[in-house]
Amino acid sequence: MKRVYAKEEICAGCRLCEVWCVVAHSKSGDIVKAFNSEFPRPLPRVMVEEAGPFSFALQCRHCMEPPCIEACMTGAMFRDGAEGPVLHDPEQCVGCWMCVMVCPYGAIARDVTIKKIASKCDLCQGEEEPSCVAHCPNEALVFEDRG
Amino acid sequence: MAYDSWEKHISGCGLSAYMDESGKRSTGDDIIQSIALLHDRSNGLGGGFAAYGIYPEFADKYALQLFYDNNTVQSACEELIHRNFDIVESGPIPTRKVFGIGPSPVIWRYFVSPKESALDMSDLSEEDFVVQHVMEINRTVKGAFVFSSGKNMGAFKAVGFPEDVGDFYRLDEYKAYMWVAHGRFPTNTPGWWGGAHPFTILDWAIVHNGEISSYGINKRYVEMYGYHCTMMTDTEVMAYLFDLLLRKHDLPVEAACAVLAPPFWELINHMPEAEKALYTTIRSVYGSAMANGPFAIVLGSRDMMLALNDRVKLRPLVAARKGDVIYVSSEESGIREICPNPESVWMPKTGEPVIARLKGEPS
Amino acid sequence: MRFSYALPEFLVERDLERCIRCKVCVRQCAFEAHCYDEETDTVSVDSSKCVGCLRCVTMCPTSALIVRQNPTSFKENASWTGRAIKDIFKQAETGGVLLTGMGNDRPYPIYWDHILLNASQVTNPSIDPLREPMELKTYLGSKPDRLDIKKENGKLTLKTRLAPQLELRMPVMFSALSYGAISLNASKALASAAKEFGTYCNTGEGGLHRDLFQYADRTIVQCASGRFGVYRDYLQAGAAIEIKIGQGAKPGIGGHLPGEKVSEEVSKTRMIPVGTDALSPAPHHDIYSIEDLRQLIYALKEATRYEKPVSVKIAAVHNAAAIASGMVRAGADIIALDGLRGSTGAAPTRIRNNVGIPIELAIASVDRRLREEGIRQRASLVAAGGFRNSADVVKAIALGADAVYIGTSALVAMGCHVCQICYTGKCNWGIATQDPYLEKRLNPEIAKERLLNLLRAWEHEIKEMLGGMGINAIESLRGNRLHLRGVGLSDTDLDILGILPAGR
Repeated sequence: MKRVYAKEEICAGCRLCEVWCVVAHSKSGDIVKAFNSEFPRPLPRVMVEEAGPFSFALQCRHCMEPPCIEACMTGAMFRDGAEGPVLHDPEQCVGCWMCVMVCPYGAIARDVTIKKIASKCDLCQGEEEPSCVAHCPNEALVFEDRG
Repeated sequence: MAYDSWEKHISGCGLSAYMDESGKRSTGDDIIQSIALLHDRSNGLGGGFAAYGIYPEFADKYALQLFYDNNTVQSACEELIHRNFDIVESGPIPTRKVFGIGPSPVIWRYFVSPKESALDMSDLSEEDFVVQHVMEINRTVKGAFVFSSGKNMGAFKAVGFPEDVGDFYRLDEYKAYMWVAHGRFPTNTPGWWGGAHPFTILDWAIVHNGEISSYGINKRYVEMYGYHCTMMTDTEVMAYLFDLLLRKHDLPVEAACAVLAPPFWELINHMPEAEKALYTTIRSVYGSAMANGPFAIVLGSRDMMLALNDRVKLRPLVAARKGDVIYVSSEESGIREICPNPESVWMPKTGEPVIARLKGEPS
Repeated sequence: MRFSYALPEFLVERDLERCIRCKVCVRQCAFEAHCYDEETDTVSVDSSKCVGCLRCVTMCPTSALIVRQNPTSFKENASWTGRAIKDIFKQAETGGVLLTGMGNDRPYPIYWDHILLNASQVTNPSIDPLREPMELKTYLGSKPDRLDIKKENGKLTLKTRLAPQLELRMPVMFSALSYGAISLNASKALASAAKEFGTYCNTGEGGLHRDLFQYADRTIVQCASGRFGVYRDYLQAGAAIEIKIGQGAKPGIGGHLPGEKVSEEVSKTRMIPVGTDALSPAPHHDIYSIEDLRQLIYALKEATRYEKPVSVKIAAVHNAAAIASGMVRAGADIIALDGLRGSTGAAPTRIRNNVGIPIELAIASVDRRLREEGIRQRASLVAAGGFRNSADVVKAIALGADAVYIGTSALVAMGCHVCQICYTGKCNWGIATQDPYLEKRLNPEIAKERLLNLLRAWEHEIKEMLGGMGINAIESLRGNRLHLRGVGLSDTDLDILGILPAGR
């Protein structure tokens, strides 16, 4: 399946991927509104990790055998079809955050904006490519099928 | 005064020429008839001819033919000629009054050979010596103009339609094994006799239909080798290019044609290695000598007639053969007018020369 | 001195209604002009730190930033301009030579803007490059006056062996931009674009990084007075060797790489210690005269078995024509002229702004001089220094250049905003820097594609202009000044340029 891959050697660490992830998951889809007036403001589901000059954007790897699904007691975490992305249903989520504990990549965030739930990348379902990829100014994120 | 204060005169044209490879000579009647048919390709502002083999009695002398604005210029110029040449014979070129030809300059002809002492002093070859003095007269003697300087050949030109020019110079009375004719359609003209084609230097005579858009660099290129473009036309520069390539650089005719109208890189890239190297080298070394823009030219020399088209054939040129005679013309009709049933007629391809060579003795 | 009298050059304005406090500007400004205050959740600006590179403006996702000239001005004075006063302040505060980057920014006449091109009408058909062949291929190198071609068995046979030549798809090459002055990613982009396009890129005096040897057959390797990174493999790898005598941005002085930019990799490539200033001597200390130049040219030719053309690059100075003539006679295969507006990574401001002559006049006088002496064939002429677009290139070729070098245009294609602070090593665009935080901002793949696009675009435009003139091969334009006319130029200018005024 197609996943988002980061090229850390050219990641400028600008964090625009985070900004546009928030916009993509906001109600209005308008960047100024999403940040300045909307509530709740979604958490970015992509996180730029930095250590010295190195940086890269991290998001859910959509594992083939996802520990988060195994650990989820409500079925909020699920795979969309046999080969699809790993998705998360906030309605069913009880915020036990077991998924956060078991994720080997640290790609799931804890969202406490309204109630305790998990927050993770959904690959911008319905879009041609995820918003973080589309908006990366240096093309340091790519969306491709590497098997 | 700007460094290069040239002004180039542009023109369209018609041309016709033929050569009898056996050396058999014919009068000027045919060539006049052929170029007369192409009347509409010229506008009465210039016509001219070159004829080879016309002076058998002075075959080893240079025939200097000059226009003078007046007799004062003539005597001044003759002094210059006297200083450097032995004049074997001289006199006015015979003409007859023709309605279409306006007031004429003084037209004089000298059969000469370089003075031995002057030639020795100059350290030049005989031909370079002649070229240098022709250039000098044309450049420095105001009102004098050498329009022909070859051996056993002559150029004849004037402001007028070519058929009238031929009549004016009484070309029916000359016999030549090669005739080259030209009718001019200049879009601006000083109405100057020297501006008509052919342009000549030594044995080379050239007529030209077209406009060389590379003129600016061609001119600067030949200037580097001591030529001076005095006549403000691209045809003149073509004559000097041929002189440089064929005489001074001793290139085979085919190579000279590849310089002037080289094959496209696209074609060169597909050639066998040796050929590819040859044409690549020609283009990289002689780039400044490439003639770009539309042209069809006929070049005459003592033993050869050469016709050539530009790289994309933007000017008409037709060739034909019957027996020993090779014809070229701007239009097929110009050939059929004087040779109704040629053995073969063809349209030369771009950059592919039509070459006729003198095989027998002129007779 | 703690307190500076110099006013900020720019004013950075933030639209607070549009600012989403995403801190992209904070993270992207290497000069720390933007600052985030967590307590108040606001981003503030210190305009005095702004260099006008516009990185923040370009990156701001809500277009909330404006950078403009600081409207605060000194009392109007035709002599004591704000710039003049500010320069004095800076020197009074530092006691140093004023440094700058990029090319001369003073309003000297740009002759390109006073030269117009010709086009065919009626008497000569213009040529449509979309439908007919249009040739820009160019060979650089020494050419003989004549070829020896014989006709043998009905076939033309070439007897002359030509000196080595460079083959260019179009007469535009990338100028000498040294690794060190620019980042490895920028060097990579230039080298790979030159190779893919079919032109050449010049190493400048920074040596050839080991990762760039793969592009060496499309690289001109430079040998400058500092000899940085010059060794056997380097000379043998390049397609041609260029002896750098001078540079348009700083005629009379040597290259200048501040120690801040001498990173581990730069140090390895240049063969100098990390962090030391790489200051090339003003002259080559083995060239004090023209005959010495001849020795170096032939030493390099010997070292490379006469397989590579040797270029000699000089800054265009008053007697460039005479010098060029000497260079040709000394054996240079290519003469590279770098004009008054030639760029640099670092130069003393006074030298950059006051020394040299415009490239237009240099091309014209050098080409004319070489022709007058009958030696124009012996060397190709490459012009550099401020070519902004394809029309400038066409005009340079028509004046007599065989090809041009573009430096600033290439940098701008990659993202340079010409803010002239290259010498600080803090280029926010990841181009003129060795800072690992900054250099990764330049994606060499994107930069390469942008360079290729620029070259392709210029190629199309040059073909269009050529076709308009009724010319279908670039060699018929080269030195063809008849296709140029001057507007608003003095008789002397026209005389030097060898062109007629428009209307004549």
